[in-house]
Amino acid sequence: MAFRQTPSQTVGPFFSFGLAPEQYGYAFRSIAGATLIDNGTPGSHIRVLGRVFDGEGQPMSDALIEIWQADAEGRYAHPADPRCSNTAFKGFGRTGTGTDFEKRFIFDTVMPGAVAGQAPHINVIVFARGMLNHLYTRLYFEDQAEANAHDPVLQSVQSERRGTLLARRDGATAPTTYRFDVRLQGEGETVFFDV
Amino acid sequence: MQDETFAPRDWTSHPPLNHPAYKSTLLRSPSKPLVPLRQTLSELSGPVYGHDTLGPLDADLTRNARKTSEPIGERIIVTGRVLDENGRPIRNTLLEIWQANASGRYIDAVDRHDAPLDPNFLGGGRCVTDADGRYRFTTIKPGAYPWGNHANAWRPAHIHFSLFGPSIATRLITQMYFPGDPLMPLDPIFQATPEGARDRLISAFSLDATESGFALGFAFDIVLRGRHSTPMET
Ligand SMILES: [Fe+3]
Repeated sequence: MAFRQTPSQTVGPFFSFGLAPEQYGYAFRSIAGATLIDNGTPGSHIRVLGRVFDGEGQPMSDALIEIWQADAEGRYAHPADPRCSNTAFKGFGRTGTGTDFEKRFIFDTVMPGAVAGQAPHINVIVFARGMLNHLYTRLYFEDQAEANAHDPVLQSVQSERRGTLLARRDGATAPTTYRFDVRLQGEGETVFFDV
Repeated sequence: MQDETFAPRDWTSHPPLNHPAYKSTLLRSPSKPLVPLRQTLSELSGPVYGHDTLGPLDADLTRNARKTSEPIGERIIVTGRVLDENGRPIRNTLLEIWQANASGRYIDAVDRHDAPLDPNFLGGGRCVTDADGRYRFTTIKPGAYPWGNHANAWRPAHIHFSLFGPSIATRLITQMYFPGDPLMPLDPIFQATPEGARDRLISAFSLDATESGFALGFAFDIVLRGRHSTPMET
């Protein structure tokens, strides 16, 4: 390959007005936000939330989280998917951790369907000041134990670290809520993939 | 599908995750190696944002937040092509940029730098590449700004860029610098990049892109991960 990749650089601490302006209250339209659904979106509506922790266990208020997922039938809204979803569900969400008083990210979305031999999962990308490269991880659902047991990506991870990829049911109130905390470093460090 | 996967992130081009001179990396970089993942449909797909995503003034930062008059500072044109590693243009892909104003101040409420805000400048913009992979922004040259990494630390002037490319595997966030900036050799974020790759972060002054009587032009091409070429059977 004759052309070399442009190096990655950190998103820095000041991305809000550029990448998530509506969330942070700037007069600029956002291309994506934390709500991937409306009332009519087919599928089981869920909430996914969590915090991003640094190596000292401190929750970070300047992380940016993006999610990419299939619709309830396991179809990605992308031409690479032969079943390409033609519903309104785009499957992409983006939110910063700087507007919630608990420094959480909170997405409202649908439970994704199984994708081509894989358990239902949400692809998660983490950006922050101090991260010179973004990191990829995957969110699986703890209560999909049967599907998880046969997921090739999840099973490729050392068993003692697999739990870092499992979102857990959080409370009993509607909407069905899953908690997925991300630990960048140290005890319980999240598994990040070299995608 | 093997021929459709994306080439790996080239770790001889990207900075390391942990770069102690940039202090924030110390607690924000994983201590364990990344786990290899064989790309699946999940990684071969990604959000699609085309021209219908854009507002009419999104690519002109000198106008998209104008309230009473023009923003203060040196007008510039920033333009270039988005290519893959085989040199093929990446068409119809979204670029998002954000930056400080001419004084080196971000509109972001988190920015505490005691330099003036510009009521006519937001600093955010968007553009979608054309059939040649070309993008073009009109903006104001950003100023340098101080930060707390070490004594008398100043970031060189830069514009933050975010790109998607064809899949989440090609996702890139980077920063574009300006030629001849004396702060680049002193900046741990710029210097974290492997030496041979640093030039790829620096735009070039371009008389071709310069608009007579209006704005200086800077050229900045961006290369995203390419698809593995199909092995030739002979
Ligand atoms: Fe910056």
